Amino acid sequence: MEGNHSHDHELGFWRKYVFSQDHKVIGIQYGFTSLLFLLFGFTLMMVMRWQLAYPGQPIPIIGSWLGDDRAPQGIMLPEFYNQLGAMHGTIMVFLGIVPLAVGAFGNYVMPLQIGAPDMAFPKLNMMSYWVYFMGGVTMLTSFVMPGGAANSGWTSYPPLSDIATIGQTVWLIGMVFLITSSLLGSVNFIVTIVQLRAKGLTFMRLPFFVWAQFVTSFLLLLAFPPLEAAGVLQLMDRLAGTSFFLPSGLVVTGQPLNVSGGGSPLLWQHLFWFLAHPEVYVLILPAMGIVAEVIANNTRKPLWGYKSMVYAAIFLGFMSFIVWAHHMFMTGMGTIISTFFQTTTMIISIPSIIILTALFISLWGGSIRFTTPMLFALAFLPMFGIGGLTGLPLGLSATDIPLHDTYYVIGHFHYVVAPGTIFALFAGIYYWFPKLTGRKMNETLGRIHFFGSFVCMNAIFMPMFIVGLAGVSRRLWDGGAQYAHAQPVLHWNEFMSHGAWALGVFQLFFIFNLFWSIRKGKKVEENYWHATTLEWATPTPPPHGNFLTAPEVFRPPYEYSVPGAKRDFTPQNQRMEA
Amino acid sequence: MEIPYTIKARPDTGLINAKLGIWLFLASEVMLFGALFSSYILLRVGAVEWPHHVLDVPLATVNTAVLITSSITMVMSWASLMMKDFKKYKIYMGATILLGFVFLTIKYFEYSHHIQIGEIPSKSTFFAIYFTMTGLHMLHVIGGMIVNSYFWGPGSKMWKTEPERFTNRIEVAGLYWHFVDLVWIFLFPVLYLL
Repeated sequence: MEGNHSHDHELGFWRKYVFSQDHKVIGIQYGFTSLLFLLFGFTLMMVMRWQLAYPGQPIPIIGSWLGDDRAPQGIMLPEFYNQLGAMHGTIMVFLGIVPLAVGAFGNYVMPLQIGAPDMAFPKLNMMSYWVYFMGGVTMLTSFVMPGGAANSGWTSYPPLSDIATIGQTVWLIGMVFLITSSLLGSVNFIVTIVQLRAKGLTFMRLPFFVWAQFVTSFLLLLAFPPLEAAGVLQLMDRLAGTSFFLPSGLVVTGQPLNVSGGGSPLLWQHLFWFLAHPEVYVLILPAMGIVAEVIANNTRKPLWGYKSMVYAAIFLGFMSFIVWAHHMFMTGMGTIISTFFQTTTMIISIPSIIILTALFISLWGGSIRFTTPMLFALAFLPMFGIGGLTGLPLGLSATDIPLHDTYYVIGHFHYVVAPGTIFALFAGIYYWFPKLTGRKMNETLGRIHFFGSFVCMNAIFMPMFIVGLAGVSRRLWDGGAQYAHAQPVLHWNEFMSHGAWALGVFQLFFIFNLFWSIRKGKKVEENYWHATTLEWATPTPPPHGNFLTAPEVFRPPYEYSVPGAKRDFTPQNQRMEA
Repeated sequence: MEIPYTIKARPDTGLINAKLGIWLFLASEVMLFGALFSSYILLRVGAVEWPHHVLDVPLATVNTAVLITSSITMVMSWASLMMKDFKKYKIYMGATILLGFVFLTIKYFEYSHHIQIGEIPSKSTFFAIYFTMTGLHMLHVIGGMIVNSYFWGPGSKMWKTEPERFTNRIEVAGLYWHFVDLVWIFLFPVLYLL
């Protein structure tokens, strides 16, 4: 952890661009890798959607490439469908969204916003990227294992996962890499925020994005280790023949399983959801942080209720550790425990609503600039709202019973993470692109990307509520075709699939825009959005060490349209106007 | 600009970066072992029968003493550096590493005895959790020994160039070592005595 990295010119190509310790390069590495994984995970889903829309029909074009053990004559096997389902979830959450929201945005933007020269531990930072990369490669290699990739769902519930094919072992090893990576990252983030804040940048002057990253890091730090423990126990079950998650007397395909038994499948669920519920807030908090920055900047006024938002985020962090069993109402854990967890679940909705309301009220009376990042940020609000509100019936044990494991659940959490978090991430890419490159992304292409994605997202996920309320279970290979109760809503499957493929088409506008703008985008001034936070007080792109002189902060983060000021924005590092 | 507070503490937090970092890391370790202890409780509560007196208590008692002694020598090595006595540091740090080896050797005899008589992880839930928890703890011991050996050998060159920073490093390594010791203090009664 040598502190001296300011001799930029002495580094060779490998040290500068590949094994770099500069938080900005690492952030960009995280960004491109996670965007690739997002695209890959989305592609898996587009293939699955063919099977759901037209069950038993050969997949066009790519069907013949998949091979006989996945799709003979191009017709998808149920086993392959299960692999795609498990890997879609795993890749989107652990390899796509979290690394993009935390690894990329957190790494690139957060040190700049707090006026730091770099992360506190640059070598650890480099390690966490490469460990993440290895985890990703491990996950990908599982597709070519005998029996294919993990196929027990992204939740990997035992006993099924304990007796699944070898792909599950590879999944567990991949998860251990990813957990290690986020542990290293979260330690680094917290230390950086606590220790490296610029002079005068008190906690209550931090941009909300930094607060969001701060709380997120604590969730990653404290919630991931129990999953690591669970992963070790499941590895022991699979490799050393133990029975942590295998109950006595288990019979598999007519044969009693030759294990000592005495384990508990519920133990896995508790350990898994102890991580996976805070994980939901890991997905949403950085998104809220990005949206807060974009909204304050594009309404040209301070965030409404900044302090309440900060306290709400902290409270959200605490509460997220005691709501996990609302995923387990169907396990028969008893009404008293259910009551406890549904109470805490109702309580945790309050801070989310506070943050969302504050963001809504921030729009009031602002002179809104409808730029592409602002469009995505504005769409985040109602989309996340729908996602959150449809979660309430799932948080109450009585209404959860008919809805559990149906498409309603899929619709609910996708509204939170897809048109919710992913829209916020797009907002962040369009918003900070000028900081990275000194150019802006094309507005027309951005608008096509936004409006197309907005319509398609709703076309995919809104019908899921209808299908789910009709009682159609998730994870069905044929989308419910063999069930009588699913027949009246079956036609929605085709509609949703067309929505998904159209969504894919609209992402091409984004991909083209991104690469085209890096080289050909319109050159813009250094503080293009007229923003107040510190990341815009550095040269573009920021040099190694970020700031030419150590910045000093004199005011809160969002001093827009200060009465009597010459301009409609007053940067944090600007001294009081006399 | 260079990264500040690598040697001198930040005035308002009173911490150097590495010290805050190690405490956060230890917090995550608490959650890791906490999850395993919770699993132990859940499995034991649900068990039909739970074996007693199958582990070697005297050996484990010796091992407990060994680890506690190693924690003391670890503190002494840091204290020696605080008093600018590099020779004593070498002796105490060397002792810490040696005591780690003693711990591992005793553990090796314990493990091989159980494996010889067929008491392997797949035999019962008790041996499954015993091997998993002590195994994971052992990996932590080995990790600590690798770090300590580095600071005893090649890493100790830093004493000549940046003595203050080197002292900080030993303090941080010591915090980790005490934590590993503490985990064993919990493992010993839970697995061997209760």
